[in-house]
Amino acid sequence: MQIPAGVEPGVEGVALKADVRDLDFYYGAFHALKKVSMPIHDHRVTALIGPSGCGKSTLLRCFNRMHDLYPGNRYAGGGIVLHPDNTNLLSPDVDPIEVRMRISMVFQKPNPFPKSIFENVAYSLRVRGMSNKSELDDRVESALKGAALWNEVSDRLTELGANLSGGQQQRLCIARALASDPEIILFDEPTSALDPIATASIEELIIELKEKVTILIVTHNMQQAARISDYTAYMYIGEMVEFGITDQIFIKPQKKATEDYITGRFG
Amino acid sequence: MSEMNADQKIEHIRGLIALAKRWDLFFTILGMLSLMVGLLTFIVLFVDMAIQGVPRLSVDFFTSFPSRKAEDAGILSAWVGTVLVMLLTALAAVPLGVAAGVYLEEYAPKNWITDIIEINISNLAGIPSIVYGLLALGLFVYYFGFGQSILSAGLTLALLILPVIIVATREAIRAIPQMIREGSYACGATNWQTVKDHILPYSLAGILTGVIIGMARAIGETAPIITIGALTFIAFLPTAPFQGDPPAGLFDWIFAPFTVMPIQMFNWTSRPEAAFTENAAAAGFVLVFMTLAMNGLAIYVRYRLRKNIKW
Repeated sequence: MQIPAGVEPGVEGVALKADVRDLDFYYGAFHALKKVSMPIHDHRVTALIGPSGCGKSTLLRCFNRMHDLYPGNRYAGGGIVLHPDNTNLLSPDVDPIEVRMRISMVFQKPNPFPKSIFENVAYSLRVRGMSNKSELDDRVESALKGAALWNEVSDRLTELGANLSGGQQQRLCIARALASDPEIILFDEPTSALDPIATASIEELIIELKEKVTILIVTHNMQQAARISDYTAYMYIGEMVEFGITDQIFIKPQKKATEDYITGRFG
Repeated sequence: MSEMNADQKIEHIRGLIALAKRWDLFFTILGMLSLMVGLLTFIVLFVDMAIQGVPRLSVDFFTSFPSRKAEDAGILSAWVGTVLVMLLTALAAVPLGVAAGVYLEEYAPKNWITDIIEINISNLAGIPSIVYGLLALGLFVYYFGFGQSILSAGLTLALLILPVIIVATREAIRAIPQMIREGSYACGATNWQTVKDHILPYSLAGILTGVIIGMARAIGETAPIITIGALTFIAFLPTAPFQGDPPAGLFDWIFAPFTVMPIQMFNWTSRPEAAFTENAAAAGFVLVFMTLAMNGLAIYVRYRLRKNIKW
């Protein structure tokens, strides 16, 4: 198995971008996350894997307080501390909008707004009060370049985002998430609605992106986690079973449960 | 059945299908007949009205006031009154209805109070229009002192169609996929930014359709307008802004007495002379045409706005 660049197994000293500490989360009465703890390393790709319903998406959506949009969801203890400022993202004193301004997200299904390609990317900047045309032009261009989409759309920025192919739409959403220069980008199974070729281009892009930003990705696809991530966390029914360097998780898991899942004996 | 050979089996299956398909035929005929009852009734009414009324249509018919002589009478005060009342109805009902709908969908907490409000909005849509007329007579005409004016009529009809606009707004908003909302919030947008930049623009087609359907209902309402005391015979127009002596203010016309198309028709049909019945048919033709034009506009607007919206 190829070792992802920048990670030497067992070597300490990669800075932390965030860490999850004893996080408990409830959907109404359902205890969805149970004392979950894990580190998120700076400028690395961390993958969350596990069977459906294990809580990996739930954990991801804690990072940008998406749960706050719906009634009945409850952060019930512990927290997510963002470094270097040691802000607890889940503290009631922290405005969820502030959190979402620092941490952006790419969704499972490409969800471009029914606006032009340009406006889709510019939206992240407009909500931050940017209205200067040339500044917007520059930032949109660099975000589209960062998402490896510029060459394909530079001559049709005024067309609807929905006119792009599925893979291009997802890269447009990545550009939108990238434009605001976030500290972390969350990916919620970003390739599950895409064909293999589009998937490969998104995976390649994610590996490139870690130069600029810390990445947390939920994936159903274990090969994907193995291909693109530096660290992997395996979750099962709301609990963190094992966290480690991706190669170690896939080659020599410490726990029997992880090994069973990875070797396809269940899940 | 197990003793049947292959041919018998096929025969048996074919028999079952033929029997079941009879119900298809039966329902097709029943459905078409049901459809015809509604459609033919409308066509017969409309054609009958057109045959009677269309010969009366002329430029003079639109530019003349009502008259005691049927051949001189026209619908000038009626159509001007209808247009002005509709204008005030739209100005009052659209902002209120859209704001209420957006609040209920995007801001209101989901609890039992909201549920009760929702049920009551649906109930409001079912209240007979004359009840609105009685309410308006007490509230707008006497208590607020607006009198038997265009303003009172516009506000009354606005109340009448408010539930229609609220319901249409909510349905248009609900049609927006949740992932679009989440995409906006994930960019760091506030509630209001999400509403202003996404929810309202994407639901505009549905909202406008609801507004026009509501207006098409209001344009034909007679009972509440009679209840608040619209005149049945009126031979002058409201003074235009800055005209007359002394010059009228910009908004003086909203306190003017008025009549509307359905009342003009009602007035003419109650006359014994046949010539007035022809006038009523002609006015009815114009009114139906106005309603159809509004519905046509609704279809066109929806088509144009939805062309650019794909999820």
